[in-house]
Amino acid sequence: MAAELSAERHSVPLEIEAAEGVARPGSLLRQLLGDRLARTGLLIVSVFALAALFAPLLAPHDPLAIDPLNRLADPSRLHPLGTDQLGRDTLSRVLFGARWSLGTAAVATVVVIAIGVFVGTLAGYYGGRLDALLMWVVDVLLAFPSLILYLAIVGTLGPGLRNVMIALIALSWVAYARVVRGLVLSMRERGFVRASRLLGAGDRRLMFRHILPNVVPPVVILASLQMGGLIIALAALGFFGLGVQPPTPEWGTMVNESRLFLQTAPALMIWPGLAISLTVIGFNLLGDGLRDVLDPRLGPAARRGRRRRRT
Amino acid sequence: MIGYAVRRLLGLVPTWLGISLFAFALSTLSPGDPAELILGRELDRPPTPAQVEEFRKRTGLDQPFVVQYGRFVANAAQGDLGTSFRSDEPVLDELVDRFPATLEISIPAFLLAMALALLIGVLAAVRRNSLSDHLSRVAALLGDSVPSFVLAYLLIIVFSVTLGVLPVAGRGGLDHLVLPVLTLALATTASLMRLTRSSLLDVLGEDYVRTARAMGLPERTVIARYALKNALVAVVTVAGLLFAGFITGIVIVETVFAWPGVGRYVVDSIFDRDYAVIRGFVVFTGTVFVLINLAVDLLYVRLDPRVRLGAKGGSRGR
Repeated sequence: MAAELSAERHSVPLEIEAAEGVARPGSLLRQLLGDRLARTGLLIVSVFALAALFAPLLAPHDPLAIDPLNRLADPSRLHPLGTDQLGRDTLSRVLFGARWSLGTAAVATVVVIAIGVFVGTLAGYYGGRLDALLMWVVDVLLAFPSLILYLAIVGTLGPGLRNVMIALIALSWVAYARVVRGLVLSMRERGFVRASRLLGAGDRRLMFRHILPNVVPPVVILASLQMGGLIIALAALGFFGLGVQPPTPEWGTMVNESRLFLQTAPALMIWPGLAISLTVIGFNLLGDGLRDVLDPRLGPAARRGRRRRRT
Repeated sequence: MIGYAVRRLLGLVPTWLGISLFAFALSTLSPGDPAELILGRELDRPPTPAQVEEFRKRTGLDQPFVVQYGRFVANAAQGDLGTSFRSDEPVLDELVDRFPATLEISIPAFLLAMALALLIGVLAAVRRNSLSDHLSRVAALLGDSVPSFVLAYLLIIVFSVTLGVLPVAGRGGLDHLVLPVLTLALATTASLMRLTRSSLLDVLGEDYVRTARAMGLPERTVIARYALKNALVAVVTVAGLLFAGFITGIVIVETVFAWPGVGRYVVDSIFDRDYAVIRGFVVFTGTVFVLINLAVDLLYVRLDPRVRLGAKGGSRGR
């Protein structure tokens, strides 16, 4: 479904404001576990994260080991999910796929947060022409369907993990920059920041000690919601044959490889497709839960009011 | 009204320029020297340095980036999106040739998506916290999380492979339309459905709705005549976002179903390293995108007179 874009979902966190009181990590986890949907999200994400971490221990076979005599085998005790067109074990490939899909998205997220927070802070704090230029870039990139831009970049650079990573990073920082910029802008004039400035705090101290800590909760919410988007973008590029290249078991690439066997072995496509969908469901549930916990003002009621003001 | 339209159009110019700049800057990313690449294809052998030099002069590739970009924009504004390396035809002609096929699935999918979103969204809002409301939220979550290519293959596996009632791919009779249209509609309906629900819930809390109820109007009338009409204003404003979903969905759906439209053409061009087409497509989509946003703005004014009368009209979302 329109998970590649889900414009509305990704536009919601753009309006996140700083929460007054930041929850402590311990109570945060407890609150998350208290919400049924957030708990489900956390569970799903943890399962896939563990699968990614411990894939070599969990996988019954080498994900790259070819077995020509056992091509397209049905599930059996030896191969719980069957084998693919080259006789490789499907379960092992899906497990190792978690590494490529989740790992790539996680690395991209870390880089993107760093860039986005840096640019957003500068723009929000100093304003002026830099800010205007930045907001123009952000508006253009956020307005346009991102998959088209990913396709254009990877299509021009050529397929492969490195170029996919470049595309993901080149486009995804804008969401963070926009959120952080708005937060910094609103906080610059808030009482505690002005008081600190009057007491002689310099720019750097104001930014790192007073402003940035307040930026953390919204960035965490955005990161969880955006992880889903990145995983889907990665999978979509893999599906087009532009992503991580075979024989590497990335979920989108696996879907692409199994296209030829759609009629004879549909299960080959279902397993990686299911893995992508489940992971993204997990991150979306977790993101929604985090938003409710970290920013009470963005609970269902507040969100409705906010939306009305927007229109 | 005309003044407003012109103002909105001017407001969209920076966005269009940004998209065209992105498209143009792509050419600096392509591996290898474009002059050598194009000339090599023309001559069918590696060109000599003198030939490359001459070609650069002739095509203006030796000029500064800004000058080249200026010419690119001027050409694009006149409908010249460059020439496909592969076919030697203008990119715009190639896109226009394939546009009807794309519309053939997009229009029914758009209507279906709207119908589904309104029907389920209204039902979920009116019977809040009922079973249908919960189901609508599950559907919205799935819509946000299941990639459209996965959905497309699931539909193919069920209806074509297992039941054998619908064709797997290709363009043909009405039965070929069913799965692509269904995928595209389901792929885009989730966010619209959620928005219909939430904006109708907002409106249902307004004073005039309470007044209408207090006056004893039947609930059906209250919702259809008063509440829904106002809720739709909010829904229309995100039609631009819906379009973004459609563009993405079309590229994927046309690839899965081997549908000979614009999206498939672009994906094929990527594999042929036809950079001019990739670039032209980005500008083309950007232009359609800007025009749709303009249309949405104008429609919004017609639906909500407050925008026209109020001082500032451009308060739509971003």
